[in-house]
Amino acid sequence: MFHFGGASCNNCDIEILDCLTPRYDIERFGMQLVGSIRHADVLLVNGSINLKDKNRLLEIYKQAPKPIIVVAIGACGCTGGIFAEGNTFAGPVDKIIPVDAYIPGCPPKPEAIIAGLVKLLEK
Amino acid sequence: MVKDLLYYLVFPGFIFLTVAGGLFSWTDRKITAWIQFRKGPPLLQPFYDLFKLLLVKETILPARGSRLTFLLAPVFGLAGATVSGILIIMPASGIKPGFSGDIIVVFYMLTIPSLTYIIGALAAGNPLASVGASREMKLIISYELTFLLIIAAIILKSGMITGLHDIIAVQHDQGAFIGSISGVLLMVASVFCIQAKLGFVPFDMPEAETEITHGCFIEYSGSAYSLIKLTKYIMLFILPVFLCNVLLGGFRFDGLHLLWSVLKLIGVLLLITLIRNTNPRVRIDQAMRFFFIWMNLLVIAAIILSYFDL
Repeated sequence: MFHFGGASCNNCDIEILDCLTPRYDIERFGMQLVGSIRHADVLLVNGSINLKDKNRLLEIYKQAPKPIIVVAIGACGCTGGIFAEGNTFAGPVDKIIPVDAYIPGCPPKPEAIIAGLVKLLEK
Repeated sequence: MVKDLLYYLVFPGFIFLTVAGGLFSWTDRKITAWIQFRKGPPLLQPFYDLFKLLLVKETILPARGSRLTFLLAPVFGLAGATVSGILIIMPASGIKPGFSGDIIVVFYMLTIPSLTYIIGALAAGNPLASVGASREMKLIISYELTFLLIIAAIILKSGMITGLHDIIAVQHDQGAFIGSISGVLLMVASVFCIQAKLGFVPFDMPEAETEITHGCFIEYSGSAYSLIKLTKYIMLFILPVFLCNVLLGGFRFDGLHLLWSVLKLIGVLLLITLIRNTNPRVRIDQAMRFFFIWMNLLVIAAIILSYFDL
């Protein structure tokens, strides 16, 4: 899984990090965090996307070997959250790249993130 | 001819090394998980990873850099690892007695995977990959000298015999080499060399995950990356087997000795995993100093002690 943090308040980043800790371990499903997008099967995007981030997100999506699953995490990732009215807002994630799963919440609890990811596994 | 082909491809060749390497990699991840108080991945996880990369994911070629070298480098790495695995396991399991001097050929073959990582990383045209490649180069310079001195010490202890099968026979007669003081020193040095060769913490700075986002392997994806993963799994299997053969007395397949052999092998794997989980990553100049000064002194002390049969 590769994590791309848009312009967020970083709360969702912390909750994603929680999923890796022993309490909500996701390695039992065989998932681990990788450092390079070319090794990843799942792209986790959180945060509202800025004008600057938009090109970078597109570049990352192009670098990812298909098939890849894109997950939009958090209220900002799904719809823009509280940043939707701002000057620099460039659209929620699904305006830029195709999204396979949405995990709403501000921030979503780790149990919610795991539930969303497990639903993807069954797909 | 057919029998040789069977040896190269099935046992102890490609298929056996793949399965054993996958099992060892799973053991490593599971023990890591248990140490961190969590459950680890399911049993077939390394094989899921391999087949997913091989069959499902596409391979993206880098925009700059040489594409043929980039794609061929993992193939050579896998070939080097497989051939050295065959050369190690055939004398150890008594199938064929090997030839005199084959411990040096094994040493030479075991450096090939690391070299192909460097070549592949430099062919990728990515600045982060070249940082990873330069770190791997410096790491190879430091630990290969120590590894060579360890092999020289082992040849000295077994009375100037250079065939792997004969070294194991000497240990069956005299008792394993680790029973002497110089053996213990050699064991310490060789465990650290194995950590560096496998690219495990504390020496995983060539493929640092958070620093340079996977360093050497940043541009690999799809089937090329599956070959690299397979090479890593095979190296994780054959290096503890090599250590058991050369220092711990080899394997015997009769009666209670079979259990003892399996325990020895799993013990070495456990040691590697424990060191991996309890240490931070060191900087490259610290690693070079560690290998050049301290480990070389340790091995030279072991050589001097073994000259006096201690």
